[in-house]
Amino acid sequence: MTAELVRGQNHPLSQVRLEIRVSAGRPVMAVATLGDESGKVPGVEWVAHPGVPTLPGLEVSRQAAADHRLAVDLDAVSAAVHRVSVLLALPTGVGGPASFGSVAAPFVAVTGLDGAEVATYTITGLDAESAVVALELYRRQGAWKVRAVGQGYAGGLAELLTDQGLTQAQRLAAGINDAVVQGLARSVQAPPRTAEGDRSRQAAASALGPDQSGSPYGTQGTQGGAGPYGAAQNPQGPSATGYPAGAAPADPDATQPTPTAPTAGGPIDYSHPRRQTAAPPPPPPTAPPARPGEPARPVAGDATGWSMEERLYNQVWGMFEDLARSTAAYRSAVDFADTRMEKELDQVLSDPRSRMGGQGDAAREAAQAKHIQLVDQAREALDRDLVQLGAEADVVEPALPAAYARWDNPVWHAYRVPMEMPMAVRLGDLHLPESDPLRIPMLVRLPLERGLWIDSGRSGLSDGSFADSHELRRLAMESAVAHTARLLAVHPADEFTVHVVDPAGSGARELAPLVHSGVLAAPPAVGAAGVAAVLGRLTERVDLVQMAVRGGMADSLPPGFDTAQQLLVVNDFPHGFDDRAVTQLRYLADEGPGVGVHLMMVADREDADSYGPLLDPLWRALLRLTPVAEDHLADPWVGHAWTYEPSLVPAGSQVLQQVLAQVAAARAKY
Amino acid sequence: MTKGQAISLQKHDGGSLTAVRMGLGWQAAPRRGLFGSRTREIDLDASAVLFADKQPVDVVFFRHLVSDDGSVRHTGDNLVGGVGQGGDDEAILVDLARVPVHIDQIIFTVNSFTGQTFQEVQNAFCRLVDETNGQELARYTLAGGGAYTAQIMAKVHRVGGGWNMTALGAPANGRTFQDLMPAILPAL
Repeated sequence: MTAELVRGQNHPLSQVRLEIRVSAGRPVMAVATLGDESGKVPGVEWVAHPGVPTLPGLEVSRQAAADHRLAVDLDAVSAAVHRVSVLLALPTGVGGPASFGSVAAPFVAVTGLDGAEVATYTITGLDAESAVVALELYRRQGAWKVRAVGQGYAGGLAELLTDQGLTQAQRLAAGINDAVVQGLARSVQAPPRTAEGDRSRQAAASALGPDQSGSPYGTQGTQGGAGPYGAAQNPQGPSATGYPAGAAPADPDATQPTPTAPTAGGPIDYSHPRRQTAAPPPPPPTAPPARPGEPARPVAGDATGWSMEERLYNQVWGMFEDLARSTAAYRSAVDFADTRMEKELDQVLSDPRSRMGGQGDAAREAAQAKHIQLVDQAREALDRDLVQLGAEADVVEPALPAAYARWDNPVWHAYRVPMEMPMAVRLGDLHLPESDPLRIPMLVRLPLERGLWIDSGRSGLSDGSFADSHELRRLAMESAVAHTARLLAVHPADEFTVHVVDPAGSGARELAPLVHSGVLAAPPAVGAAGVAAVLGRLTERVDLVQMAVRGGMADSLPPGFDTAQQLLVVNDFPHGFDDRAVTQLRYLADEGPGVGVHLMMVADREDADSYGPLLDPLWRALLRLTPVAEDHLADPWVGHAWTYEPSLVPAGSQVLQQVLAQVAAARAKY
Repeated sequence: MTKGQAISLQKHDGGSLTAVRMGLGWQAAPRRGLFGSRTREIDLDASAVLFADKQPVDVVFFRHLVSDDGSVRHTGDNLVGGVGQGGDDEAILVDLARVPVHIDQIIFTVNSFTGQTFQEVQNAFCRLVDETNGQELARYTLAGGGAYTAQIMAKVHRVGGGWNMTALGAPANGRTFQDLMPAILPAL
């Protein structure tokens, strides 16, 4: 089994013919030095490096590469050698990384000739070092062992070799680097340089061809530029513009590039030069860099998306998720603190010793103190998150477009009928008891995937605060009107049609803004006959569109067909509904959303009691909203019960009437 | 790293680690014969178990990809492995700053869901990476690691105001993390 060494650890070697594999992720130089009995390197002839790659029993690669294989035959090394050190160094002057701190941790493995790993070592913890002693193989009582060293040198190879006792270290290190840089020019795409001398040398080197490279593994993991055309990929050389390497141009003037000439190298641009693609989205606003010690100041629209609308939508949902999860963390910490304290108090009670003296009291106090401390910590973490989210909400709310904004947002006073389909709409606000006063906008995607059910019943209100069910019905109708008006206002004038069914006329007062402004397709339908007529029309429509879509003939719909989305608002269900109408309503709820027919029910479930469980699927299929604040909505991540508050027009505000007047004017024009 | 070795996740400059990633990679089973799709695929799974006072509180694995508090995220189940060139095929990201205050230990495990032992899996490894700079903190080679189907890899635990990591590397057997609970508990 492979031994995974840590720094300083050693491991016996049972074989003498070994291979040392290095993988560093970036081109590095591999060097091996031989040490005598005292551990010193007596002279340059004791160093195997890219310039002199072979010594008895030892061979290193000629060039810098991300992966190396060093061959070692310990039987063949001279008897005077007591230590073989494997060094890695970053080549300098080629524009690569300057220190190991900025590259992945190098990994070295000692393997047998069959490739089986004997020992491995990942050199972690390097920072400003540009040269490192990776491993050493050393004689100990006639046998060889390997040790993970990992000693790095910020001064590079020169400092490392000096440390090993080599007197000519400086010159040797420079020589090694030179040899490697030449090798690099030959084998991999070098980063841009401009010096004339460099260019000519690269061209000359490339003409030599690939067979000059040392180890066949030497170029693995490098940039793939190895090969006869390696230099031709250099973006900087005039001699490389379009010519295969080896066919260096005879007349340098002929290939002198003008400053505007396209470069031969670099990434290929596959786009048509004169074709404009769709306008790229403007870059999202990003938060300015935070001052140290403070969280970044939030910015509206700091999320992904192709438009500001989409970014804000994503940002709001991101805030929603963050608040859900932060609260989950807080609640689970408090729960844990509670159960722990309970357990500890139980222990105190069941321990007979605690009955005497103050011991029990002390233990009880200790348990309570632990509880308080943990809860305080959790609250602190939650408060930190709430402050951050609150700051974000403060910048996001004013930036929201009308479809996402509260009715009291100034954007509604500057309302204009939109030209484009909205992405989502705000149905209300969400909050958790811990998060007061933070409110998250509840945005749902359009077109609606489910119908809406505004619950006018008291089923969810246990406290009896709304004893007057008429008042509750009135509020339900009022919020239904607010939602309807908003849906009308955020769609382009000809894209949204509203039908209202109000069999007994009980919602006439609340419906007045919609009726009087003339934004409805027809006056609210009353009586059983009116219900049947509206439902019949919409059912037929769903049927028609479905047939057309299934038959692939969406353009063969009858002329004059209204292609707008349809919304059916039903008040007072099941008043005025016969069995046939109920069935049609269920059909609309199931099949409608797919073909642009949506449902908004204002109903008290208890009124439909006589249908028994028959209507349960209908209620379940609808998104239940309440006319007053109630905690019945669950988030999709943790399932907290969120308190929903509908988006209502502030009392006394005329904004709804103003907006509807504009909508009506735009519809009339159309 | 070796078994039992502890690493402080404090950085050199005094700052503490803020995000770590547990990566798991392995090589897909070689295709055999004409009916290539009938190869026995290898599915290794990475999991993280969150403990408060030695009680398991939350688990992040392929059926629960994000811890309830959002601090631990699994990048998604990989059922077949990769090309075996050292990339992570599954990863679990931990945002240490957001871990709830009562969570004091996070244990990382690897299971072979399809039941192959680590002897049969090519190029399998798991590692812990400092997500802020990509530096590897610990790496285990699982391949050739014996006739086991699971490993309790490492634990990240609170020490004072920061976090420490201890390499565990304990072999175990089991299909999912639930089977490992008896093996995990002694490591707490």
